[in-house]
Amino acid sequence: MSDLSRTVLYDLHLELGAKMVPFAGWEMPVQYAAGVMKEHLHTRESAGLFDVSHMGQVVLRGDNAAAALERLVPVDIQGLGVGRQRYGFFTTPEGGIIDDLMIANRGDHLFLVVNAARKAVDLDHLHEHLEGVEIEEVRGRALIALQGPKAEEALAALNPAVREMRFMDVADVELVGATCWVSRSGYTGEDGFEISVPNTMAPRLARALLENPAVAPIGLGARDSLRLEAGLCLYGNDIDETTSPVEASLSWAIQKVRRRGGAREGGFPGAARILAELEEGPARKRVGLLPEGRAPMRAHTALFASEDAPEPVGEVTSGAFGPSIGRPMSMGYLPADLASPGTRVWGEVRGKRLPAEVAPMPFVKQTYKR
Amino acid sequence: MKYTEEHEWLDENDGIVTVGITAHAAEQLGDIVFIELPEVGTEVTKDDEIVVIESVKAASDILAPLDGEIVEINEAIVEDPAKVNEDPEGDGWFFKIRPADPSQLEGFMDEAAYKAFIG
Repeated sequence: MSDLSRTVLYDLHLELGAKMVPFAGWEMPVQYAAGVMKEHLHTRESAGLFDVSHMGQVVLRGDNAAAALERLVPVDIQGLGVGRQRYGFFTTPEGGIIDDLMIANRGDHLFLVVNAARKAVDLDHLHEHLEGVEIEEVRGRALIALQGPKAEEALAALNPAVREMRFMDVADVELVGATCWVSRSGYTGEDGFEISVPNTMAPRLARALLENPAVAPIGLGARDSLRLEAGLCLYGNDIDETTSPVEASLSWAIQKVRRRGGAREGGFPGAARILAELEEGPARKRVGLLPEGRAPMRAHTALFASEDAPEPVGEVTSGAFGPSIGRPMSMGYLPADLASPGTRVWGEVRGKRLPAEVAPMPFVKQTYKR
Repeated sequence: MKYTEEHEWLDENDGIVTVGITAHAAEQLGDIVFIELPEVGTEVTKDDEIVVIESVKAASDILAPLDGEIVEINEAIVEDPAKVNEDPEGDGWFFKIRPADPSQLEGFMDEAAYKAFIG
C-alpha cells in the first residue's frame, strides 16, 4: 500500500487494532477490534469517533465568493448566515452531480468539505470557474467526526461552548489548546460534530476524546452502514455525473431562491434540466428499499417490476444489513411510477427474484439537535 | 476434527459429519448477517456451492466438502447468524452430511496442519 496517503492518525489506528484498507487513495481503518456491527451500534447508543481526514477541505476567500460559488451549485449561498453550514452539490452542464459537499459560511471565508475521491476533480472545477476567488486547499488540518447521542457530552468535556451549537452551526472552538473549526453535523443521522483540527494537534484531540469511556473508534465499515440507515447518499454509489439531484431525491437541498420564480433562479450548470425536473418530476427516483427476507440486496442488484418481468426497471446503488433496524436495507433508482412507498419490486439475488418494498428514508429516526 | 482449505471444519460421529466454518474464517468474514442453508435430503457433490453466507463485508459461498446427503441443518443460525461469530466451532455449525464415500474424509488437514495452513 506504498502509494497510499496516510492521515496523521495512522499510528493511533494501528495502536487501536484497526484493520487498514485502501480507500480513495488513502490507507484508512475499515474496522477496529470490535467489528462493524458493534461499532455501528455503539455510535447509535453512545458516541463514535471517525477519522475522516481523507476528505478534502477547501477555503474560498473573496468579496464575491458566495455569488461565485452559486454559479456552480443550485444552493442558496448568499443567504447562508455567518456560522451556518449547508449541504450542496456541484452540478454538470447536463444536470448530473460532480460531487456533493458541505458549505460553511465562516465569516470572512467559505469552508468546503468534499469527498476524498473527488477532491482533485472539485479543485480543478473551482479553479476553472471561480474567477476572482482565492481557492486554498487546506492541507494542514485533519478532520475528526464525533457522532452519537453522547457526542455532545464528550466534546463539551473539552469545551462546554459546543453545547450552544445547533444542527448545521459552525464555530471556532478551542479544544486541547488548538483552534478547531467545528460544525454540528455528520454522516450518521445522529447528533454530532465534525472537527477540523491542525494536523499537529489531531492525535492529541483524538486521544482526549477516546479517553472518555463513552467514545469508541469507528471504521469506514460502520460509517457506511450508519449513513445508509440514515438515508444519506454515498458519492460514486448513489449519486454521480449521470444522476440529477432531483432524481436523487435531493430537491430539499435546492432552496426556493434558486428555483423557477426565485430571486436568483438558475444560473448553475444543468439548471435547465434540474429546474424542469423540479416542476415536472423526474423520470426515475432514488428510493429506500426494504427486502422482505433476510438476504441483503447489495449495490448493482437489478430491480424488476414483477417476479417474471424480462427486463429490469432499476438498480440498487447501496445495500447492506442495517444493524440498528435488524434487517437488510437498500437504496436504488426506480421509475417514478414505482417509487411510492409500499410499492413491491423484485431484486435479483444470485439468480433468484426476491421481493422488496419501497420504503421511506431515513430507515432510522434522525436525532439532529435543531 | 478435520479441516479443509476452504476453512471448514468436519467432525465425524457414527458415520455422520457435522460441518461448520473455522474461528479463523468467521473472524475474517466479520459479522455474519445472512445464511442460506441447503434443504435436508439434498444430495450434494463435493465442491457444490451449497451455503451462502453474507457478512457485513461481502457474500461468500461454502462448498460441499464431500459427496453425500444433507441429513440435518442448523436452523438456529439462519434465525440468528451472529451465532456463527459467537461460537463457530460449536453452536454455530452449519449442516450434517452422510458421506457417500467415507474415504473422502482422509484427505483433510488435522488441527496442526490447519494452523500451519492459516499461518
